[in-house]
Amino acid sequence: MTYDALILGAGHNGLVTACYLARAGMKVLVVEKNDWVGGAAVSRELTPGFTYSNCSYVASLFRPEIMRDLELPRHGLQILPYEGGAVFQEGGGYLGMYRDHDANRREFARHSARDAEAYDVYSRDVLRFCRFIRPMLLRTPPDPARFRPRDLGELMFIGKQVSGLSERQIAEMVRFWTMSISDYLDHYFESPVIKAYLAVSAIIGTALGPMSPGSAYVLLHHYMGDVDGNIGAWGFARGGMGSITKALSSSLMASGGDIRTGSPVAQVLVKNGRSVGVVLENGDEIRAKRVISNMDVKRTMLKHVAEAELPGDYVASVRKFKTRGSSGKLNIALDGVPKFTALPEGSSAIKGDLHFTDSIEKMERAYDDWKNGHFSRDPFQDVMIPTMIDPTMTPPGKHFMSCFVQYAPPKIGGLAEGGRDWADADRDAFGQACLDQIERYAPGFKNLVRHVEVRTPRELEAEVGLTEGNIFQGELTFDQLLFNRPVPGYANYRTPVRDLWICGSSTHPGGGVMGAPGRNAAAEILRDAKLSPKDMSDAWPVL
Amino acid sequence: MPGPSFDRTSSDRSVIVIGAGPNGLACAHRLASKGRKVTLIEAEAHPGGGARALPDLAPGLTPSLAHLVWQLDPRVEAAMDLARHGLAWEATDIPTTVIGREGNLVIRGALTDGPDAAAWKELHQRLMSFAAALEPFRRMAPPRLQAAGNSWGRLAKNLIGIRALGTRDFRELLRVILINAHDVAQDELSDPRLRAALCFDAVLGAWAGPRSPNTLILLLDRLAGEIAGRKGALALPKGGMPALARAMANAATAAGVSLRSNARVSRINIADDQVTGITLESGETLAAPLVISAIGPKATILSLAGAQHFDTGLVTALRHQKSRGGTAKLHLALSALPDFQGADPRARILLTRDEHEVETAFNPVKYGEVPARPVMEVVIPTAFGGTGAHLLSANVQFAPHAPKAGEDAARAQMLAACMTRLEEAAPGIGALITKADLLMPYDIERQFGMAGGNWHHGELAVEQMLFNRPIAPLSRYATPLKGLWLTGAGTHPGGMSGAAGRNAADAVLEAKA
Repeated sequence: MTYDALILGAGHNGLVTACYLARAGMKVLVVEKNDWVGGAAVSRELTPGFTYSNCSYVASLFRPEIMRDLELPRHGLQILPYEGGAVFQEGGGYLGMYRDHDANRREFARHSARDAEAYDVYSRDVLRFCRFIRPMLLRTPPDPARFRPRDLGELMFIGKQVSGLSERQIAEMVRFWTMSISDYLDHYFESPVIKAYLAVSAIIGTALGPMSPGSAYVLLHHYMGDVDGNIGAWGFARGGMGSITKALSSSLMASGGDIRTGSPVAQVLVKNGRSVGVVLENGDEIRAKRVISNMDVKRTMLKHVAEAELPGDYVASVRKFKTRGSSGKLNIALDGVPKFTALPEGSSAIKGDLHFTDSIEKMERAYDDWKNGHFSRDPFQDVMIPTMIDPTMTPPGKHFMSCFVQYAPPKIGGLAEGGRDWADADRDAFGQACLDQIERYAPGFKNLVRHVEVRTPRELEAEVGLTEGNIFQGELTFDQLLFNRPVPGYANYRTPVRDLWICGSSTHPGGGVMGAPGRNAAAEILRDAKLSPKDMSDAWPVL
Repeated sequence: MPGPSFDRTSSDRSVIVIGAGPNGLACAHRLASKGRKVTLIEAEAHPGGGARALPDLAPGLTPSLAHLVWQLDPRVEAAMDLARHGLAWEATDIPTTVIGREGNLVIRGALTDGPDAAAWKELHQRLMSFAAALEPFRRMAPPRLQAAGNSWGRLAKNLIGIRALGTRDFRELLRVILINAHDVAQDELSDPRLRAALCFDAVLGAWAGPRSPNTLILLLDRLAGEIAGRKGALALPKGGMPALARAMANAATAAGVSLRSNARVSRINIADDQVTGITLESGETLAAPLVISAIGPKATILSLAGAQHFDTGLVTALRHQKSRGGTAKLHLALSALPDFQGADPRARILLTRDEHEVETAFNPVKYGEVPARPVMEVVIPTAFGGTGAHLLSANVQFAPHAPKAGEDAARAQMLAACMTRLEEAAPGIGALITKADLLMPYDIERQFGMAGGNWHHGELAVEQMLFNRPIAPLSRYATPLKGLWLTGAGTHPGGMSGAAGRNAADAVLEAKA
């Protein structure tokens, strides 16, 4: 049989695309190389009784429009906002974070009265930038080099957004988008630990340091989400991040779509410049009127499409697309809650994100290690214990700890020579450096550890298929954003091969378990097929 | 009967320009040639700012902070008729020699040898065409971000010029406009020496390593220049940079500018929210309804005029404006010509073997430390004609502007690191040195008044460019204070090409018209 749409990869974006297409009446099949669905939004049980969020670990960016359109809450998705958070300082102090505005303000004032004042101003300013960018997430970027009515229309839409701002605000926004988070925070704050806490969102997942220009934009990328309309808030998916893709799968089944796991794709079949299906690694052929890849653009075009089918310029551009991985992950099963000596008994700070990097300088030095082809000797870690809020993931009294770690390079050593692959010994040393760091702030922590999964860019690439282990399927710098993502001239989810589409985070607006690339790709595909996107709500003009 | 001057016609036409660097000179000259009565005030004995002669290092060896010319605004060059006022060029096509691991590589514009000759030619030509498309923005005040107050005709012309690159190059320009220099070097080139040169030139004078986004545009800005009708030129005036300063000063004086040297301004006088003139450190007061300052936005607004005359938002933004200098200046008196492994001593010699060395030299500077292996741009101006003793002039990157170890310790550490690097590139050079002088960014700040020791009186970085230079409310040379205007490297487009001076003068003339 011939499917209307064949989606390669059951990550969240692939599933979002599949759901929308199925709802519009297409016959849809998703093929997935692993024996489970989820891509990087996945929950797995690697040690009995413990569920890990193996890759992504917190939710905020997933577009509420998609949740509603696809009825994900009805299919079991629940996002639990988390509260709290702390940065542990080298001398034994800490900075706590609280959901209660006044408590938070008092805590900031404990470190700097001036910064406590500045925080409200800072939040207001950043929120203004969020407000500007949010309506663009669910739209196809214009091609500024073309004069088609749609491109001009989209350009005018952006122009209209801009014209709603004052001259001063536009200048300020351009400044914000192009500067480093370190410089930006210097305008507001004086306390190194407060700056270190606020800089975190600007480096997560990037191949930039907090002193790199362009890192302030990345902060925005992490702030433009919301939990229940609470902009900038983050939460846990109940049951782990896999609950998002489980709900999507269930929604897809309910619309008549199908998923085939354990089916790695070998090659996209192209005939007369059109894609007509795929051949799997086991030799099976699946025919489809259109093929939509949830894999990143490099993997899709350089590994699964014959080069002869592609224009040379396009291949060159895809090769230039930067996917340097920068992060690793530790997933840990714990026999109890670690005791952080700095925290007062019963502090709610432990219910949120915990960091051990108390200055921007330390963060930047961690980045310098990465540039030199070494994992950070004193790494930055974003540590969470989701089971403090969601007890469904472990047996009673036990806990799951997720440690997101930066920086971990795609290759080890040898700046000039390009480096060598990670070896098991490198991975173990990397894991050890992270565990040692936690132990320093929570003595006895290591005795609670039952099981550890250490993931470096090597594991992320091998298992999830993220080229070089880049969690955004491509770096988030201006040369790879908006109409430049993934490749100039092809930001509209299309490829030079007719009926071959891309719907993953390599496309606008990028990664972060947002679902927006998948939805936007579906909108383009339906428009191309002249089908009405009946269950697709417009971009929600929030605020 | 003589009394206080209330003669409107004469006082309204008098203008004071503070700072006789290239921009101050260009600005003063332009205004004088349009009939204004211009007094140009210079704190030092000689005009020229960054191009002025520093005290002789040894008899006959006169160093200057700037040691090469990348760009001289053609409008300024023509209007000042510098050739008539004594400017001649020693060379306008100085080649670059990179001292690499596997021998030296000579680069002359788009031409070079080695495995990347063809790739370099193509890349260089593309970058030059991008630079040319962006260049017209250097010759006008930054656009406003609102409908009113823009010269739409010019803006449209500039934008059409960019689109006229063709679809393919237009797309490529939009892709690389904010990219980092390192990625372009790695994507397009394989010879580490060429990669090194591209990265070095992108971050020369900047507080950024080549892996920082927004660095390629700095190279485009540099390549946008022209000298004596030659695009992308690299030139040395006969008699060195001070000769350029002298020619500009002669031209200004000939146009009627009254130049006062050895006169340091202590404050800008303000009455009823309007500028009335200046007071010199000597106590002398000069009256003028119009004061244009080229000595840097921070110094002008915060020190000379006084923060109390401006709204707090503006003052805070200006205080936070980034002005970190990352470049040190080394001067060596040598008893003979050094041998950089056979390199032509009349070339600009780059001591960086690959792109990583440029980035690695920046890392410690972020933390106020001195790099173990700085990268350098060496020029030997005396190689063009001197005999016997020689002057070596080098821009050394990167150097901390506020070293943790203290100023003297950092300077000594930096000098030692420079000597190691030089000895490695030119074995035996140490024995030729008769005198050495190293200016760290904080020394440059002290001697030249450049905030933080930054060449541009405020970092030339994308977030401080165009309508954000120096900060948004000051970006069109006017200030909110009636009668006070800004020019100089701290204003758009930065640098010492005279463009900022010319643009500011034109803005003043337009406002008066």
